[in-house]
Formats: sequence, C-alpha cells, structure tokens
Amino acid sequence: MIPEIGHFALVLSMCLAIAQAIFPLIGTLNNTPSWAGLARPLAWGQAFFLTIAFAALTYAFQVDDFSVRYVASNSNTLLPNIYKISAVWGAHEGSLLLWAFFLGIWSAAIAVLSKSLTQEVVSRVLAVMGMINTGFIAFMLFTSNPFERLFQVPVEGRDLNPLLQDIGLALHPPTLYLGYVGFSVAFGFAIAALIGGRLDASWARWSRPWTTAAWVWLTLGITIGSWWAYYELGWGGWWFWDPVENASFMPWIAGTALMHSLAVTEKRGAFRSWTLMLAILAFSLCLLGTFLVRSGVLTSVHAFASDPARGIFILIFLLVVIGGSLALYAWRAPSIFSGGRFSLVSRESFLLGNNLLLTVFCFLVLFGTLAPLIYDALEWGKISVGFPWFNKMFLMVTPLLAVLIGFGPLMRWKRTDPVQLMKKLRVAMVISVIIGLIAFIPSISKGSLLVPLGMFLVAWIITSHITAIFDRLKHKQGISHLFADMAGKGRSYYGMMLAHMGVAMFILGAAMVSHHGVEKDLRMSPGETAEISAYRFRFDGVTPTPGPNYTANQGKFTIFLDDKQVAVLEPQKRTYLAQGRPMTEAAIDWGLTRDLYVSLGESLGDGDWSLRLYYKPFVRWIWLGGLAMALGGMICISDRRYRTKKQEKQPAQTDAANTLATENS
Amino acid sequence: MSDTNPTPTPGRMRYLIPLFVFLIMAGFLLKGLFMDPRHIPSVLINKPAPEFNLPTLYNPEKLISKESMKGKVWLLNVWASWCGACRAEHQVLNTIADMGIVDIVGLDYKDEAVDGKRWLKQLGNPYKEVLVDKSGRTGIDFGVYGVPESFLIDGEGVIRHKFTGPLYYPDIKGTLVPLLDEIKKGAK
Repeated sequence: MIPEIGHFALVLSMCLAIAQAIFPLIGTLNNTPSWAGLARPLAWGQAFFLTIAFAALTYAFQVDDFSVRYVASNSNTLLPNIYKISAVWGAHEGSLLLWAFFLGIWSAAIAVLSKSLTQEVVSRVLAVMGMINTGFIAFMLFTSNPFERLFQVPVEGRDLNPLLQDIGLALHPPTLYLGYVGFSVAFGFAIAALIGGRLDASWARWSRPWTTAAWVWLTLGITIGSWWAYYELGWGGWWFWDPVENASFMPWIAGTALMHSLAVTEKRGAFRSWTLMLAILAFSLCLLGTFLVRSGVLTSVHAFASDPARGIFILIFLLVVIGGSLALYAWRAPSIFSGGRFSLVSRESFLLGNNLLLTVFCFLVLFGTLAPLIYDALEWGKISVGFPWFNKMFLMVTPLLAVLIGFGPLMRWKRTDPVQLMKKLRVAMVISVIIGLIAFIPSISKGSLLVPLGMFLVAWIITSHITAIFDRLKHKQGISHLFADMAGKGRSYYGMMLAHMGVAMFILGAAMVSHHGVEKDLRMSPGETAEISAYRFRFDGVTPTPGPNYTANQGKFTIFLDDKQVAVLEPQKRTYLAQGRPMTEAAIDWGLTRDLYVSLGESLGDGDWSLRLYYKPFVRWIWLGGLAMALGGMICISDRRYRTKKQEKQPAQTDAANTLATENS
Repeated sequence: MSDTNPTPTPGRMRYLIPLFVFLIMAGFLLKGLFMDPRHIPSVLINKPAPEFNLPTLYNPEKLISKESMKGKVWLLNVWASWCGACRAEHQVLNTIADMGIVDIVGLDYKDEAVDGKRWLKQLGNPYKEVLVDKSGRTGIDFGVYGVPESFLIDGEGVIRHKFTGPLYYPDIKGTLVPLLDEIKKGAK
C-alpha cells in the first residue's frame, strides 16, 4: 500500500512539474498575472509530493518490504538501520528519486527566498526548473521506477553492495546531488534572463548566492567522495580520474569559473554573454555526468547497471535541455551589450585568465573522458586514457591558476597599476621563492621538481593573501579592525580568502602525500615487526570477529614511535553473508601531519598474512582544503548584501558602483 | 526580436559554436550507446588472435608468442596498475585461478614493470604468465578499448569471447564456464 502511495505521489509530482513548466512561463509572456502567479504554489505542491514519494521509499526500506524490487535488490533484514536509510539512494532508481526530490526542495527554496525578485523572474526560473524535473520524474516513471513490485516476493533481500555500507556513502551522494541540482538554479536564472532578453547585471546578482551554494555542496560532495575512496577502497589512493569522478569534477571546474565570472558581471557588467554560457555549461555538465554514469557508454567502477533504453531517454533529454538552451543562447546572446571596459592589468583581466584556464582544463578533462568513445566511433583505433595523462594535464594548468590566485585579491577593478602591484607583492614573492628553493633540498624534494613547485605555490598563495589583508586594512590600526571587518562589510572578502587558503592546503597535501608517502607490502607472522618512516608496526595476529551482516577476520597492529606506543589499528577482511563478497576494511590512525594506514591482504597460512602498510604524510590536508573551500563559500553566502530586500529596485549600475565603493574603501 | 539583426553576420555565427560542438558530442554519445562496450562483440571474435611476441614480467629474457600458446585454451586479461577497475576485478581473477578452470595470461598494458610487480604482490598473482606490453602495441592490435579487458582464446589461437570492462563473479558461471564447455566439446 505505502509503495503505491509513493508511486502515486510521484505521478502527481510529475503532473505538477508539467504545469509548473508551462503555465508560469506563458503567464509571463502574455501578461497573465494569474498564470504567472501559479509558479510558487506549484513548486510547493511538487516539493510536497516528492517528499511523500521519498518518504514512502525510505519506509519500504525500513520495514524490509522486499515486494518492492528496488528494496529487494539493495537491502537485507540484517542490514544495519543507518544503511537502510542510505540504501535508498544506493542504486540507480533511488538516486534518481533523490535527484528529483532535491530539485523539488530547491524549487521550494526559491519560492520562499525570492521575495526580493520580481514575479516575472521567479515564474520563469521556476518554469525552467519545472521542465528539468519533468524530465527526471518521467525518466523514473518510464524507465526506472523505484516502486516497481515483485510478484514472487523474496524472503530475503540481496543486500546493499558492501562497498556502499559506510558513512561515506550515506553522505557522498546527497551532498553531490545538492550541488548538481543547485546548478539548475543558476541555469534557470540564465535561461530566464535569455527568455526575457533582460540581460543586464541584475540576473548575475540574483544568481550569485545560489551558484555559490551549489558550488559549496558540490565541493563537499567531491571531498567526501575522495575521502571515502581513500579509506574504503583499501589502497590508499584519493583520486583516480575515473570517468565518473570526472563527471563530478567537470561541473565543479565550470562552476568555479562561473562563480568568478558572475562576480565580474555583477560588479562591472562585463563578460555578460560569457557568464551566461558558463551557467549553461555548468548545469549541462551535471546532466552529462548523469548520462555517463547511467547509460553504460563508458566503463567505470562507479557505473550503474546499463540499459540502452535509459541511455536513449537521457540523450533525448540532454538534446532538449542543453541543445535548447544553447540554441536560445545563440539567438539571444548576440544582442547583449558587452559591458564595461578594463585594461590589461585589472581584476577583470585576471579573472578572465582564471576563467580561460578553468575552461581549458574542463575541456581537457571532458576530452580525456570521451576520447576512447570518440576514437572508437571514428574508427581511428582504440585508445585508453589513464591516470598519467590526466595528471599531466592537471599539473599543466593548476600551477598557473595558483599563481593567478595570488594576484587576484590585490587587483582592482578596471585598472591596476602594475608597478604598484609588484611593489606590494615584493615581499610575498621573495618569501615564496626562498621557500621554493629550500624545498630543493633532497630530503624535502625527494628528487622531484613538483615538491619545490608545490611549496612555492603554497607559500605564494598564503603570503600574497596576507599581503592583501594588510593592504585592505592599511589605514586602520589594530587587530580589532580585522574582526570588525570580518563581521561587517568584508564578510564575503574573508570567505574568498578562506576558500583560496583551501587551495593552498590542497596543494600542500597533494604534493606531500604524492612524494613523501611510503608504502610497504609485506608478509608478516604474528609477533613480527616492520618499520616504515620511523614508525614500528607490530603484527599481533588475526582473530575472527562477527559483524551484523558479515563475518570478519580482524588483525591487530600495535604501532610505536621511538618505543612509545602511538596507536593500535584493527583492519578487517570481511565476507558479507548475503552476497559472499569479500571486502577489505582498512584501519587508519589519522593525524594532521600523517596518516598510518594498514590494510589486510590474504591469509597465507600458519597465521601469516600478506598486508600493506602506508605512511601518508599530510594527506588530511587534501580534504581539509576542500572543507576550507566549502566553508569559505558558505561565509560568502552569508554576506548581508544578499539578504537586503530592496535590491531589485536599484538599477544595476548604481548598485555595482556602491559595492565597488565599499570594496575599495 | 526587433532590435536584433535578422541576417546572420559572422559576429552572430560565433554564438552558434557551442550548439554545434554540443550536437557533435551528442552524435558521439548516440553512437556510443550502440557501441555499448560490454555488449557489442569485438570485430575480432571468431577471428585468429593478432600475432604478438612479448617479454614476460618476471623474466624479460623470456619471450612468449602466439605460436607458443597454441594447443591451449587460455584467457588473456589486459590490466594495468594504474587502472582502478582492474583492482575490483582482481578478486574475480584470483577466484578463477583457484578454480583452475582456465589458464589466465596477464597483459600488463602501458605500465611500469615495478608497479606491475608490486600490484601482483599486493593482490595475489592469478596469472600463469604475465606479458609486458609497455608501448601498448599489442593492446591496440587486440582492439583494447579501456583496461581491463579479457579475451578467451582457444587451442587454434582463435578469439572466442571478449569481456570488456571488469569481469564480475556472475561472469564465471554465466559466460566463462559454458564457453569453456563449448570449446571442449568442439575440440572433441
């Protein structure tokens, strides 16, 4: 009964989504306020029914209703309750429902938080989001219904994939999807602006906080995903350039470019058509990611089971949404006034540089991901693009970006005096070069040029940003001004600072762990010890340990540093009962300067085991960097200029001038 | 729009570029759907395997060629230490090796020998022999689309089946065992 209610709610939400796609838009085009005014109530209704559908599926998991095919395939009576919740989005159908549910929630959020916008804009944005959700819900109902019943009800479910029975999976998809779906808001604003032909800077101001919010979620999602892969997959890696990882990384890159470009459009009215393009690109890449994961076009460890009918459906959907919006863009964008002028050395030109680098990088990743497909389709031969190629591209682009980051905060709009700029940054440059040179010492560089380069960039970002804060507060004395500035007008400025620090933290972690990490594969007998990087690992043997839905062999390691015990680690080798699948559960002693990581291999008889020991210096900084970026973004959103209500009454230019005045004061 | 120029000028045309790029990409994706790497058979199926003569991982002096494999039914598994999906697959290969139903020969594709050896030490070695294809030449001859891929080759040196992407546990009973039976029957 409950699954049928969920199914019915899903059908109703599709009806509302169709209405939301049609009536508000027509209402704004032929001036029928009663139709345009339907946008908000329809968004509310859609969110309501999607919530019911989502709750119904969650309920089916909680009560082990194996008559629902999706529950039977992805749950089990022994599955711990927490994973009965996360299993809801653990496979194709449920994750689509989560997508649609979040889109409904974001639509409702716009309906509530858009009091300062004109009805016309709200109606159009919500209409665009209605169109998108129509596609997603229809996709579910016609090809991937999560509520489908089984007529021979199995006694027991097949259980959730053991890899996914983890807190990382509980968090990774929802945050990632909030990000994906969030970009639909920026997309909606861009399309609304294109439809209305009102292509001044106001749409940029409206969509800025929404875009930043989406970016924050996406950043969190990718960070959590990387952390999860690190500890759950048991081989200590944190990024694999897998097609599906790339599918989440590409919208992130485009979204990063979009955030920076929106700043220029809002403040200076420049880059208008470019920013629109990026808004379309960011969301298009989110949709493309969905296609790649679910169509079976590319092979990947992450891919959901493939089905050509699904592929065709999503491809048609992509053609309508992306093709349609690009056609609209081609039609409307030529009439856009190109906006303010700026000189070669200015904040605009540097942000343009940032945008070009990010876009080039985004297309390199896209090309690398699709290259095997393109080569094959053209019968040019078969190729595979692996880890080394992507790393090379990454290392070509990021250092340039990191150098630009250092200049950014000290740049002024319109024109910056290059001599003045260099004067200000002199000290920062000297310090960073010295640090870079120090890192050439063999014990630090480990023979790689990348370590000195990384250390130089880290120092450069930090010192240049400190310089920028001093410059901003140069007419004020004392630390209290800094705090007053942080709490007051400068909030989004400090958010940006923190996000940029996140980049530095990431570079530090990535450079250190890639070149200073130690890895040992050993055969050990109980009582034996092994030493890596000053740490002594004593293997105390393996004992069988039962778990709720698995049995495990649990190893015990005692770790010493200079004869002082620092940690006890208990890695497991699990066999999940329902599917008989073996799983390695690594044990990690984490710290800010190093992780110690133990992973059990195979039993070799006589109590001996093959195993892997890792020393991972500064690996946490990779994810702390991601968290800092996300936190920085959150601080930017909380800036009060996004919460003032009367903004839309002011013409964009004066508002831009006002913020400009406060920024540069 | 009344304020736009009705005749397309070169300036307007450039705004169409994103649309064209996207449509071309969509064309590839459409084609990709029908070349679904796991279901569309390789053009090499039921054709003789390409010739090769490659050094082995643990003894670079020792060369193995297609000729030297004649008379044996074997599974050629293309893998690389940089390949994430291969790791997922490795358990399955270990299982097949334990079952002893077919000899597995590894082809370490575009990989460093050190990394390859470390990989096998970590994950166990299911391979009868490991061939080293550092340049990727043999992989290309076999039409390797992306690692991992596996080819079932019979005693005549003919490719009988291609597994694109990782092998999964159900593939053993579902595909591999029936094929081996079929080959055995054919040989009698």
